[in-house]
Amino acid sequence: MEKRITTPLTSDKVKELKAGDKVLISGVIYTARDAAHKKLVELLDKGESLPIDIKDSIIYYVGPTPEKPGHAIGSAGPTTSYRMDSYAPRLLDIGLKGMIGKGSRSEAVIESMKKNKAIYFAAIGGAAALIGKSIKKAEVVAYKDLGSEAIRKLEVVDMPVVVAIDALGRDWYEIGQKEYLESITLTSTEKTQGL
Amino acid sequence: MREIKTSCITSSIKEMCINSNYYISKDVTDKIQQAHEKETWPMAKDILEKLLDNIDISRIENVPVCQDTGMACVFVEIGQEVHVVGGLLEDAINEGVRQGYEEGYLRKSVVKDPLNRVNTNDNTPAIIYYDIVQGEKLRITVAPKGFGSENMSQIKMLKPSDGIKGVKDFVLKVVKEAGSNPCPPIVVGVGIGGTFDRAANLAKKALIRPLSENNPDTFYSKLEEELLTTINNLGIGPQGFGGKTTALKVNIETFPTHIAGLPVAVNINCHVTRHTHVEI
Repeated sequence: MEKRITTPLTSDKVKELKAGDKVLISGVIYTARDAAHKKLVELLDKGESLPIDIKDSIIYYVGPTPEKPGHAIGSAGPTTSYRMDSYAPRLLDIGLKGMIGKGSRSEAVIESMKKNKAIYFAAIGGAAALIGKSIKKAEVVAYKDLGSEAIRKLEVVDMPVVVAIDALGRDWYEIGQKEYLESITLTSTEKTQGL
Repeated sequence: MREIKTSCITSSIKEMCINSNYYISKDVTDKIQQAHEKETWPMAKDILEKLLDNIDISRIENVPVCQDTGMACVFVEIGQEVHVVGGLLEDAINEGVRQGYEEGYLRKSVVKDPLNRVNTNDNTPAIIYYDIVQGEKLRITVAPKGFGSENMSQIKMLKPSDGIKGVKDFVLKVVKEAGSNPCPPIVVGVGIGGTFDRAANLAKKALIRPLSENNPDTFYSKLEEELLTTINNLGIGPQGFGGKTTALKVNIETFPTHIAGLPVAVNINCHVTRHTHVEI
């Protein structure tokens, strides 16, 4: 059963989410990947303000394909998140509440998520045409020169994700794999009941 | 001597860049389909179903399967009786990539310099491999390669005494370390032998072999099977959330090597394994 959430991702909504939950996200989210993260953190280093309102926001790690005429966006699946690990805690410290990507995160990111009560969602890597359909509107709001890597403001409806790591630091990559491996060592009857 | 015009090569490359990104080949969809039927872990089955849906959507709507439309890897087998006319072969290939990525609404993912990182905005240059073969034909394979999985690839110079166990251990180590990052279920290309660079080239070549074909040498086809089973027993599962489907296929390619060496390269590809061929 999927949980539905609408942005902004306020603390009360974060509390409702736990690792392994299937979630459908609606509302406004922002895109940023390697190059945009580098620029955002450079702004913070200089003490300048960011081009997006980061408080209670969700950043989606994606570099979409160009949109065909009549489409809001092209294919838009997640990129691998660990490349943003060195930047993420800086943004979490100033109010970022959610990240969407794929793959595991560093200890430092998980610690920062616990401290700042944030969620890391995973979208299905490679399911880019399918995910693209949940994006209804896309507008470049910063770093247009970065092309696919520019920051876009997206309006999404029921974008399918899984809570990969929750605000208590529970990691579904670890838990899911462990539970699966335990399930195959059980007897077939226990297996049926367990599932 | 047979003459082939560069314009003909350019248009073939363009078409292959677009088609390989929109339409996943049957050997790959068959493997995902089979994995979906066999998978018992609920979240894993659900993810595999979504991957099949995604492949359907991209085929019906003519859009890229994945937003990472890759760096264009182009394998060219040139019959030695062929004479390419109308310009440089390399320019013709890059022009095909340029046109394909622009007209196909594919993402431009190449930067001009690895450290200064400015996008070339046309996805060139391609990574091109040339082989001179017998005959008067040109056989071209286009395999756009995504970097989520490319980044998880590794190479190791094993000792001859490490033997087959050393190879198996290294392949497993690479897959474990890759974990959830390269979009499992993955395809594992293994290159064994040659030199440092040849092993990596073999691993890349292993990824363009159709998933329906095994290594013709039974010693190596058995090793492919065994490695696939061991990898799938790791329980990483689709997207890394657990399950029996971590890899769809292991392909091994080999080459003679030096008495002192045993190079092994593991090139990881994601479930969006793209390859398309043409013979001109």
